[in-house]
Amino acid sequence: MIRRRVVITGIGVLAPGGVGTKNFWSLLSEGRTATRTLTHFDPTPYRSRIAAEVDFDPQEHGLRAQEIRRMDRAAQFAVVAGREAAADSGLEWSGVDPHRIGVTIGSAVGATTSLEDEYRVVSDDGSAHLVDHTYATPHLYDYLVPSSFATEVAWAIGAEGPSTVVSTGCTSGIDAVGHAVELIREGAADVMITGATEAPISPITVACFDAIKATSVHNDDPEHASRPYDSTRNGFVLGEGAAGFVLEEYESAKRRGATIYAEIVGYATRSNAYHMTGLRADGAEMAEAITAALDEGRLNPADLDYVNAHGSGTKQNDRHETAAFKRSLGDHAYAVPVSSIKSMVGHSLGAIGSIEIAASALAIKNNVVPPTANLHHQDPELDLDYVPLTARDWRTDRVLTVGSGFGGFQSAMVLSRPERSAA
Amino acid sequence: MTKKFGIEDLTRILREGAGGELEGDFQDASFEDLGYDSLALLETGSRIGREYGLEFEDTAFVDVETPRDLVEVVNAHLLSHAARG
Amino acid sequence: MTAVAVTGIGAIAPNGKGTDAYWKSTVEGLSGIVPVSRFDASGYPAKLAGEVPFDAAAHLPSRLIPATDHMTRLSLAAAEWALQDAGVDPAELPDFGAGVITASSAGGFEFGQRELENLWNKGPKYVSAYQSYAWFYAVNSGQISIRHGMRGPSGVVVSDQAGGLDAIAQTRRQIRKGTQLIISGGVDGSLCPWGWVAQMTDTRMSTSDDPERAYLPFDPAAGGHVAGEGGALLVMEELEAARRRGARIYGEVAGYGATMDPRPGSSREPGLRRAIVTALDDAGVNPDEVDVVFADAAAVPELDRIEADAIDAVFGPGKVAVTAPKTMTGRLAAGAASLDVAAALLAIRDGVIPPTVHVSRAPEYSIDLVTGAAREAQVRTALVLARGHGGFNSAVVVRAAR
Repeated sequence: MIRRRVVITGIGVLAPGGVGTKNFWSLLSEGRTATRTLTHFDPTPYRSRIAAEVDFDPQEHGLRAQEIRRMDRAAQFAVVAGREAAADSGLEWSGVDPHRIGVTIGSAVGATTSLEDEYRVVSDDGSAHLVDHTYATPHLYDYLVPSSFATEVAWAIGAEGPSTVVSTGCTSGIDAVGHAVELIREGAADVMITGATEAPISPITVACFDAIKATSVHNDDPEHASRPYDSTRNGFVLGEGAAGFVLEEYESAKRRGATIYAEIVGYATRSNAYHMTGLRADGAEMAEAITAALDEGRLNPADLDYVNAHGSGTKQNDRHETAAFKRSLGDHAYAVPVSSIKSMVGHSLGAIGSIEIAASALAIKNNVVPPTANLHHQDPELDLDYVPLTARDWRTDRVLTVGSGFGGFQSAMVLSRPERSAA
Repeated sequence: MTKKFGIEDLTRILREGAGGELEGDFQDASFEDLGYDSLALLETGSRIGREYGLEFEDTAFVDVETPRDLVEVVNAHLLSHAARG
Repeated sequence: MTAVAVTGIGAIAPNGKGTDAYWKSTVEGLSGIVPVSRFDASGYPAKLAGEVPFDAAAHLPSRLIPATDHMTRLSLAAAEWALQDAGVDPAELPDFGAGVITASSAGGFEFGQRELENLWNKGPKYVSAYQSYAWFYAVNSGQISIRHGMRGPSGVVVSDQAGGLDAIAQTRRQIRKGTQLIISGGVDGSLCPWGWVAQMTDTRMSTSDDPERAYLPFDPAAGGHVAGEGGALLVMEELEAARRRGARIYGEVAGYGATMDPRPGSSREPGLRRAIVTALDDAGVNPDEVDVVFADAAAVPELDRIEADAIDAVFGPGKVAVTAPKTMTGRLAAGAASLDVAAALLAIRDGVIPPTVHVSRAPEYSIDLVTGAAREAQVRTALVLARGHGGFNSAVVVRAAR
């Protein structure tokens, strides 16, 4: 049986530092950072007071008053990113059978910001345990169950095929796209709108990462707080954003003369079955996911031109994934450029995996490897080529992108310039 | 007078915040062997901080391996807290 | 295409904890719907629930208790029972040979309410270290994989009530790609004041205070559903491999279809019929081979009408038995559909279709609804339907292994 090949034909990104794919790529290729002192609420009582926020005006992006009222910020992001990707694909949507269009959207924490806002109202700032239903917004159910994100995207685009939200913590953004790839391959859909979204910058999220000391406390230098692989790193910087994609079956994309960013040739996920937040030092599970993704793409480690890393900037993560790269890629781990865009756009939990897929596809398109910003004093324990500070012009045909998250999920995806795929 | 923090206080707070039975002589057993992970220690530290009005710096528990170590760190913080008034 | 079997069931439901207890009650028509006791619901319009009281300390290590929501504890119990039932110890499987794929709807919402209270009443320092994961949607897959050392592909889908079937489909996909064994399904619930108020905004919850009159799908008095907690986790394996190890086979997950409804206001047909047709095609099953349909059974007249029409359109009016044992448990969010799949497999095993309790079919429906008492029937093939708020339609075909 010939496997259906799946390609990215449309991208829409809403990332900190500038809405839109073009702004996103400028930020990355110039090595600028979008982290700053948190502004969504007064961060004074919190341990970590830094965030990578998106300056986003939903009206400017065509959302109507009722949509804005109805949708959590993350749902708004998803719809805008999905529409951007849909337009970018150049697909004549009216000519596609809606039944053949599906939607998978990743998110780790759903409508957490709207839920907290609404909780404050119905509980009167936490004072009533028996919260008051008469104050509840009629849209609360859509915040309760974040599958509403998939619904909003489907209804915005006119999709009536298989649709779901994928929520595997911080690998959601890879897993949602991986799921979409599988649906096209098996023939359940011909076109998928996929990607991931997150708008987690709310007091409860900041407080819970404070409680486990996972976020950076470089509060006095917020623009340079996200420091993956640096010896002064002390945690991740919470971010927000979304990336949307149009995925299509390769032959039909080619027939219609679509611009193809990249083919998704391999995807795999594994669990560490070890700890909800901890990582095994040897990186065995991420390594296994990487190997499985390469196998699916019929590629060898040496075929990779760039590794888009998870690089969250926690002590533990950066060691873990460096071990995983060595374990899975062997000597090639030392030869291939590895970088973390979280140094620039922060860690938007479930969304970042998709934002990093967008960065990987754009690296292929532009033959440029984005840098790891803020990397001035490389941790001597970490000895790979992390592309410090400055983007690199680099022939980039094949990219590995990885993610690692709470719950133990480890995911890997391999993208390839389609004419360079091992077909 | 400085309030003292004893093993019985730790036992109570550990049970409340992180579960576990804690029977017999466990003061010198490692938290790892006792089944408490890094999160259990963070939760315990946070509860002790709230109850005793202490602030623990991020690195305060880095060298803590056993309940006895933890009790000592807490008492050292209580002393310096009292000295600062 | 590789056949995928269910070899273990762990059910935990308002009318029975453990598969045997659940199934006995279900066949006998015993309901678990009660006045809400987990919190004082007297001030709320909805007053009944399908509750699963659970002595966590008797089932779980005490260190897990401060770190888990009630629904995670239920799911850990169900996972353990499912593995026992399948006679499998994942530790004995090859590395990366076993995974966990669950459906979630609202995560650990009760845990989340407590921490929101801590934050807004007392301050940021009072938020639990466990909040960082205990409430989120991926928690059950994570905790089950850790407890049983399952390092293979895992996942979490959220498609409201349809998610239980979507998780089973995703599991079948991963087994076909080579994973040996996966725990799949959903165990869910958010029975706390904050979750209750959020669920009520769906406007589909019954406000009756009579447990026998509160959840009446396809009945002239249909007026919404009762919410509940619980669900089922299933052990799924490649059929031939399961046979080789001498496993008891409950049945095969033979077909799946999923669709999204057109956007509201559209004149296009709702997606449920298409989900059914897709699932039957996928299974290679003709409509006349289906012995029973486990209905989504929304108990909202407009939605019941859509479901009855879809069943009639595919099977012909009155041509297939239809039932909704969830009338005995309430709707269990992401736990509902996998519990129905469990019931369908047990119906195949025992040759009995459990009843839709307390319901008298409204005359405008021509479906053959199994009401009153269980019906003895040879069941070889069953169709399970589930719909989620926001337009999700999923259908799964299970059949006796050939």
